Amino acid sequence: MELAWLGLLFPLLGALLNGLLGRSVLSKRAVSGIGPGAVGLAFGVAVWVWLDLLKRPPEERSVTLKLFDWIAVGGLDAPVSLLIDPLSVVMMLVVTGVGFLIHVYSVGYMGHDPDYPRYFAWLNLFTFSMLLLVMADNFLLLFVGWELVGLCSYLLIGFWFTRPSAAAAAKKAFITTRVGDFGFMVGLLLIFATFGTFSYGPIFEQAPQVLSPGLATAITLLLFAGAVGKSAQIPLHVWLPDAMEGPTPVSALIHAATMVTAGVYLVARAHVLYELAPVSMAVVAAVGVVTAFFAATIALVNPDIKRVLAYSTISQLGYMFLAAGVGAYAAGLFHLTSHAFMKALLFLAAGSVMHALGGEETDMRRMGGLNRHLPTTWKVFLIGALAMSGVPPLVGFFSKELILEEAFVLGHAGFWLLGLITAGLTAFYMLRAHFLTFHGAPRYDAKSVHPHESPPVMLWPLRALAALTVVGGALWLSIVDFAPFERFLEPVFRAEPAMEARPALALGKGALIALSLGAAAAGIGLAWLLYIKGWRPAAGLRRLGRPLYALLDNKYYVDELYYALFVAPGRALAELLSGPVDRGLLDGLVNGVGRLVDRVGGALRRVESGYIRAYLDWVLVGTLIVLVLLYVYAWGWSWGWGGGGR
Amino acid sequence: MWLTAIVFLPAVGALLIALLPRENVGLTRAVALLASLATLGLGVGLFFAFDPGQPGMQLIEEAPWIPALGVSYKLGVDGISLLLVLLTVVIVPLLLVAPWGRVEDASYKPFAALVLLLETAVLGVFLALDLVLFYVFWEAMLIPMYFLIGLWGGERRAYAAIKFFLYTMAASVLMLVAIVVLYVAAGLGTFDLMQLQGVQLGRSVEFWLFLAFVAAFAVKVPVWPLHSWLPDAYAEAPFAGTVLLSALMSKAGLYGLIRFGWTLFPNAAYELAPWLLGLALVGLLYGALVATVQRDLKRMVAYSSLSHLGLVALGIFAFGPLSLAGSVLQMVNHGIYIAALFLSLAVLWERFARRNVDEFGGVMRFMPRFAALFLVFMLASVALPGTNGFVGEVLILLGTFLTPHKAYAVVAALIAVLSAIYMLWMTQRVFHNPPNPELEPRARDLSIKEVALLVPLALLILGIGIYPKPLLARVEPSVEALIAQAQSRLERVHDPQAQGAVVEEATP
Repeated sequence: MELAWLGLLFPLLGALLNGLLGRSVLSKRAVSGIGPGAVGLAFGVAVWVWLDLLKRPPEERSVTLKLFDWIAVGGLDAPVSLLIDPLSVVMMLVVTGVGFLIHVYSVGYMGHDPDYPRYFAWLNLFTFSMLLLVMADNFLLLFVGWELVGLCSYLLIGFWFTRPSAAAAAKKAFITTRVGDFGFMVGLLLIFATFGTFSYGPIFEQAPQVLSPGLATAITLLLFAGAVGKSAQIPLHVWLPDAMEGPTPVSALIHAATMVTAGVYLVARAHVLYELAPVSMAVVAAVGVVTAFFAATIALVNPDIKRVLAYSTISQLGYMFLAAGVGAYAAGLFHLTSHAFMKALLFLAAGSVMHALGGEETDMRRMGGLNRHLPTTWKVFLIGALAMSGVPPLVGFFSKELILEEAFVLGHAGFWLLGLITAGLTAFYMLRAHFLTFHGAPRYDAKSVHPHESPPVMLWPLRALAALTVVGGALWLSIVDFAPFERFLEPVFRAEPAMEARPALALGKGALIALSLGAAAAGIGLAWLLYIKGWRPAAGLRRLGRPLYALLDNKYYVDELYYALFVAPGRALAELLSGPVDRGLLDGLVNGVGRLVDRVGGALRRVESGYIRAYLDWVLVGTLIVLVLLYVYAWGWSWGWGGGGR
Repeated sequence: MWLTAIVFLPAVGALLIALLPRENVGLTRAVALLASLATLGLGVGLFFAFDPGQPGMQLIEEAPWIPALGVSYKLGVDGISLLLVLLTVVIVPLLLVAPWGRVEDASYKPFAALVLLLETAVLGVFLALDLVLFYVFWEAMLIPMYFLIGLWGGERRAYAAIKFFLYTMAASVLMLVAIVVLYVAAGLGTFDLMQLQGVQLGRSVEFWLFLAFVAAFAVKVPVWPLHSWLPDAYAEAPFAGTVLLSALMSKAGLYGLIRFGWTLFPNAAYELAPWLLGLALVGLLYGALVATVQRDLKRMVAYSSLSHLGLVALGIFAFGPLSLAGSVLQMVNHGIYIAALFLSLAVLWERFARRNVDEFGGVMRFMPRFAALFLVFMLASVALPGTNGFVGEVLILLGTFLTPHKAYAVVAALIAVLSAIYMLWMTQRVFHNPPNPELEPRARDLSIKEVALLVPLALLILGIGIYPKPLLARVEPSVEALIAQAQSRLERVHDPQAQGAVVEEATP
């Protein structure tokens, strides 16, 4: 347990080795060994820490490890210290486990890239940063990891930096999330001003006595602003679809499985504070479910396979926030884990498709009929799509069902209904993507493109993730109340509310499950009708749907709206300040004063023409006069006739 | 003798250089480098000779200078000045050996001599404890800088140099008058800062004297709206001059505010604090916004510096223990990363002879090593955790938030968003995007020598970012002593009830 910091050290060393020596010293083999190897070792550490934790009685499963003093000045003491508890261990296992598979896959996917060592250096740096985020034992250190994963996201979205779209997407991601981080930072200021510390332990202990409802609401909403940015929730979701400019394994690791879930982790970690602020809880749940719905509607029509997955990620993160917002933190964490399996699987499978089509093809309108060429990819993508759709017994069924059920049981019927509709939409867009990609007639240029299945180094991680997707439900078989996952997390979320105080329900558990299955079936069936059977809706219906389609196809014009609301006026203001105000008004005033002086004292004209020595002489003379006066004065003072009163 | 040696060693080097034959550039370079490195060595020695546990002035050296006037030669160091001395002695050697900028071999001799003279003046400013001595060093900074801009500057160098000179001179003369008035009004017959600190002045006298001092310091920093010399001087100066202006001389102004403004005139300072905080905040936002639309890289970094100095000034004006410690640390941090940024622009200029952001693209493809180092500098400037910029920024924001001036801290936190906008925009346009074929023929990655110059800055950025304790431990006692000293002279009773607060809003 005391060596848990090794989990941080290995990826950091990997990043340093590949980053500093990868281009010059190390062979490609060495780079391929170090990158995945470092994360594999970190996974080993995570498993070991987990087993160690299991050996302890539940109430002792929280260990703080102080590494060194970081910022210690005045009343501020923010050490670099780690907190090992069930929540951080779950996150460590997900980050390093799924991360390891994605690193292995990258060996094949990125193998031909000339900047291969740089890729692994940054991917390892990301793993380090994400582990720091989840292992930190205080809010400031969490923020350090939070910003560092943002940096790695920036670097990896812009990995192919010579593409203007990638460079722009990287910048957009960093700046958009920083808008949320502004809220986070102000939240940190409030936390410190209130508690005088950043450490979780004392804060959560004192919170019920110290926090007024208003203060609790303010702090939690500000923290949530950071979560909204990082986890791409409305209104800061705009960066994530563009982030698909990065290499596909990066999308799988950072923009699906791990980094974007940091917001969910933050709310779960700070749940003690959130429970003191019912308003914030409601906001979290509402933002989550609304985002889930809106992102799903955009995914319905998008033609780009990676962007469909990106909007799907935004939508699923919304489910996780819904869970956290209604107080079902463990269910949120379970969906986080389940989503990490499913979405990493789907992204990597999409990468395999792109690889098969010769690189960077993501437009599903130029795919189709790939099932014959890519049998394994086809199979695993189908597993992922069905799991996302909520088909039992795949993991996605259990985790999503759990959230909907909790929302309903805890009295949020409206949220539940929106979530249920979203589940239907999810099933539709996932199967639509699957059918467009793998079924029907080929629409790629068969003359120049010869699809081929990916090499084993890419297929084995896919198989592993597919296996996790199939059996992962066993972690929490919600329908039969077999819940090792929940029980493991129990020491953290001890105060889970209202489980005993269940109101009389309008619908029984069986009915809820039936409705969920019905929604999934409807979505899948409609996709099948449209994309396999080739059913075309009546012309009148299509005409009616056209404006709606345009709205969805343009993502509700949010990018355009933000440009008009923030970017354009901001730039205009900056131009106004830079030109008329700064160079015109302020500088003009100064030069005006100069000119006035110049006109009054003609002698100074020479200064303007550059005879600075003459001017220096005057300065010297002036200074001397002052000194002489002083001298006389002081001399006089010492004789008693000075004016300097004591 | 330690402090005297450190202050005057560069001047001795300058003198030696003046005696050397102009043709022997190699020897001149060697002497210049040696002098600056020896000063660096003394600075490192000073770091270890300094007793971190002692809050007040240490290693005081005193000798009568003009006894009849009570002018003395008095130097001393505390944690605050220690950090700035270290910053100075680290930066100057880099400038003397950097192969960039417009300094030709033929004119290296006067260049090196001026830089070293400037180093003496800056060190003197940080260590002087007598007001006249301080003023002499203060004005002595001006002359070498005037020549650096005037002789090696860009096309509009004459305009920029004269504007810089007159602007700062005019403000400094106010301070000279104020020093004389203070001397008279105090009536102690001394210019010794530590004795004058104990003097209770009349309300309006204190008010006007404070304003005169602040004017001189604020122009030097500069604090908005007294900055209009900055874009011209920064842009027209040779890169070495820009680094000296931004990394070191701006700190002289900030240092003056701390050392003289608050300790000599605490009542006026507290009363005017909300106004000054407002100016600092406006400068922070204004500089950042204006930076976002600059095409000229040097002007862009210049305005970014205005914004970041606004943050440092904010921490000083808030005058809380954390904010002041943060500001002192951030003065060092800013000095390091702004020097690194301007030196990076010098690298680009030296290769491509261009400064317009539109004329670049894909430099990372041509110069990966340089791009990696630039990334570190850029991240320090956007205050990414792990770099020194974050530690300073978070301390200033937290410290300000703990004073009654909470709202200023909240608005100032926007700096993280704004600095990301212009720095990432610039990085995209210069280093990313499709490679500009015009650049390729002249592109070569950093030489070993250039790496050796920039890597120390990167290591300092990361080192202070990860382990700032050695510096903070030396700043903290001095900052607390300084605040206690200022508070002891407050006429109105200020209620320190609010946690960590030292300032209470003036109530009518």
